[in-house]
Amino acid sequence: MRLIKYHIPAFVICLIALLGYGCKKEVISNTQNTVALAPTNIDLAADTWKPILITGFSDLTVATPDAVGSTAYTADLNEIKALQANLTQDQKDNIKYWSAGAVLRWNEILRELVAKYNLPPYQNADGSYPAPSAANPFAYPQFPFSNPPYAARSYAYYSAAQYDALIAAYHFKKLYNRAAPYKNDANVQALIPRSDLPAYPSEDAVVAGSVIETMKLLFPTEIAYIESKENDEKMYRLASGANTRSDWDAGESLGRQVALKFVARARGDRAGAAIGTPALWASLQANAAATGETPWISRELPLRPPMLPLFSKVKPFLFDSLTVIALRPPPPPSEKSDEFQKQLAEVMSLSKNITREQNATVAFWADGVGTYTPPGHWNAIAADEFAKQNYSEVRWARNLAYLNMAEMDAGIVCWDTKYTYFNARPSQINNNVKTLTGVPNFPAYTSGHSNFSAAAAAFLSYLLPDRGTKFTDMAQQAAMSRLYGGIHYRIDCEMGLVTGAKVGQYAIAKAQADGAGN
Amino acid sequence: MIKNIHNKYIKIWLVICLMACVQFAKAQTEEDAIMIPKNYICPAFMYSYGSWDHYWEGTFKRNNLNLGTVSNKMYTGAIVYGISDKLNAIVSAPYITTNASAGTLQGQKGIQDLRGTIKYLPYEGIIGKGVFSVYAIAGYSLPLSNYVADFLPVAIGLRSKTASLRGMVDYQVKNFFVTASGQYNLRSDITIDRSSYYTTMLIYSNRVYMPNVAVYNGRAGYRSAKFRAEFVAENSTTLGGFDIRKNDSPFPSNRMNMTSLGAAFKYSFNSGLEFSAGGSHVIAGRNVGQTNMFSGGIDYLFSLSSKKKTNKAVVKEVNKKQS
Repeated sequence: MRLIKYHIPAFVICLIALLGYGCKKEVISNTQNTVALAPTNIDLAADTWKPILITGFSDLTVATPDAVGSTAYTADLNEIKALQANLTQDQKDNIKYWSAGAVLRWNEILRELVAKYNLPPYQNADGSYPAPSAANPFAYPQFPFSNPPYAARSYAYYSAAQYDALIAAYHFKKLYNRAAPYKNDANVQALIPRSDLPAYPSEDAVVAGSVIETMKLLFPTEIAYIESKENDEKMYRLASGANTRSDWDAGESLGRQVALKFVARARGDRAGAAIGTPALWASLQANAAATGETPWISRELPLRPPMLPLFSKVKPFLFDSLTVIALRPPPPPSEKSDEFQKQLAEVMSLSKNITREQNATVAFWADGVGTYTPPGHWNAIAADEFAKQNYSEVRWARNLAYLNMAEMDAGIVCWDTKYTYFNARPSQINNNVKTLTGVPNFPAYTSGHSNFSAAAAAFLSYLLPDRGTKFTDMAQQAAMSRLYGGIHYRIDCEMGLVTGAKVGQYAIAKAQADGAGN
Repeated sequence: MIKNIHNKYIKIWLVICLMACVQFAKAQTEEDAIMIPKNYICPAFMYSYGSWDHYWEGTFKRNNLNLGTVSNKMYTGAIVYGISDKLNAIVSAPYITTNASAGTLQGQKGIQDLRGTIKYLPYEGIIGKGVFSVYAIAGYSLPLSNYVADFLPVAIGLRSKTASLRGMVDYQVKNFFVTASGQYNLRSDITIDRSSYYTTMLIYSNRVYMPNVAVYNGRAGYRSAKFRAEFVAENSTTLGGFDIRKNDSPFPSNRMNMTSLGAAFKYSFNSGLEFSAGGSHVIAGRNVGQTNMFSGGIDYLFSLSSKKKTNKAVVKEVNKKQS
């Protein structure tokens, strides 16, 4: 009886505490609830801004739209009204999601695909490694392996194509000047913020159309996924009253036309040969050995060939190939120098005495295997800031285009430096150096993270001067995280920041001259 | 017909770490059908060593020359207290070190999670030729230090605050027994040091949803006042989570499943001093290492009350009841 009196109640209390503890939910992304885009300025003059690649609008085709009041246009409006009469919760959620902005959402989608495909291939039974094949993209390892150089280039083409496509869209919008459905028919509701921008061709659709064509090249196994997303976006534009089906179709076609020009450039930019050959890999090693320094060797077993050694030869966006060489920093300290020994000792010391805070910095900036890479991280940082600025879609696209061209070109310059000096990682020189993140499979000098981060920080600081040193502080942290993590010498990080910032200046100079203002 | 129930008075504090993977490492003190008497207390110390050189990426079993053999050493301190003959409390905390024998990943070390457990014996009676008993065990654990969870496979733990509830039945005939239990673990979200991560989709958050875990444990063997020997089988199943993709890194919210077989032994002196030893081997798994684990422990059982019963006296008393 005593037992029942005292112990059972106590136990029941424990059980209740346990059950109450079970209240938890699936984690959703911070970006899921971004509010609907309501630009403070629709940038009506964007057709006069200087595009990246297109040289005019004469070779682009957008058919004259059906007149307001025509039978065809009235049918388009009726389609919208029918949709709006029976909106499901899913359709409402879809409107809420996409209304944050086409450029933002498509940028997030690319980041996700980069993370998904950022996995180094698993070795063959004989210890060699298979390479992804663009010709046979569905076979393991699937194409692409979206490592940092591949990702940087993808973000650049993807963003730049969207920017040019939107400039072209503005040209035709002003040419045809057909307003949004909710302006042409009082019975069409505007379920997103109203805009004075002409609706034909749809700016959302040019973005989607350009995405489809660039993704056929960059992530060919994901076309079905991209198309399903495009369909969601189209339904959002129709159901929200922002576009008719004809606005959409004209925009999608225009986006594809513009993107194909970027695809043509990409096919000829030498990235396809960036993987190199066994003969090239051997020569890199021999050349470095001839200087008396220890040539880089993969830290992985089985030994993995160096990552994209000829990415250095890819055609940059912001400058020419001679500038790549001109931007190359001087060699790192010789292994025989006191300076080198001092820097190696620093890595060793940090590796043994890391603080919890430094460790968190390593993890925050690691952006390694299975992530959207450092350029993706800077896209995420930029997108969070841009969302506060109420940019128009075209300004969103412009700013991401410069950011990502800077990232790609910083990657090219960095890869040129890495494969010119071909030096060893700290853990190769001293086996006792242990790391807090994976050791990337390419030479140490200079740090890719530092180049990417400084280039991005320079451009973002220009764009958003009211943020002060926020971005350069972040870049500094990103760079130091590689030293804390035990995978870079201090000089790799410091010199990488210097070179990356120089690349960022080229993006700033281009942006200053494009007619878009800041 | 009266059952040999004496060993119910023999505290056993066998700490066998069947959750063989390092990321699950925690002191298991709550899965045996043994209680200590009221006002008895039992401080204990256990050491265990677990290691693996093969692991499962999803269902793909592989080794990794960049990890070599991944091992963990766990030093666990614990105290068991008899609130009453039918209600025991257990508190434990391990210090853990990890190491990868190859590659560059830095081994981790630190105090892991504090775990508190209440063990309750609501029913004990004679059924057929033996004694049948039912137990309910509730536990809660939380991290004691700010260790890093998002650094598998060398992280020392997963950081999830965990509330668990276990039901257990035991049947003993003479000196032979069978015990079966099932446990449900509610795990809290954790916070990691980065702002996005990929599961089957890219999530922009530093919070990670941790699926709950079910554990099933079966054990059978011999136990007497002095000695216990048992076989142990355990299955741990994560109720959700995702698979590690080929050549990707593991992540705290992976679907980590494992089945292990093991054995455990314990010897008790009349003084109250006890020694235990055990081992286990993972026979099947998913997103975990195929761990081999060995452990050894020492503890000392004594009474806090003025009318002290020595271990020997306890045994005598029980023997008297039996006659």
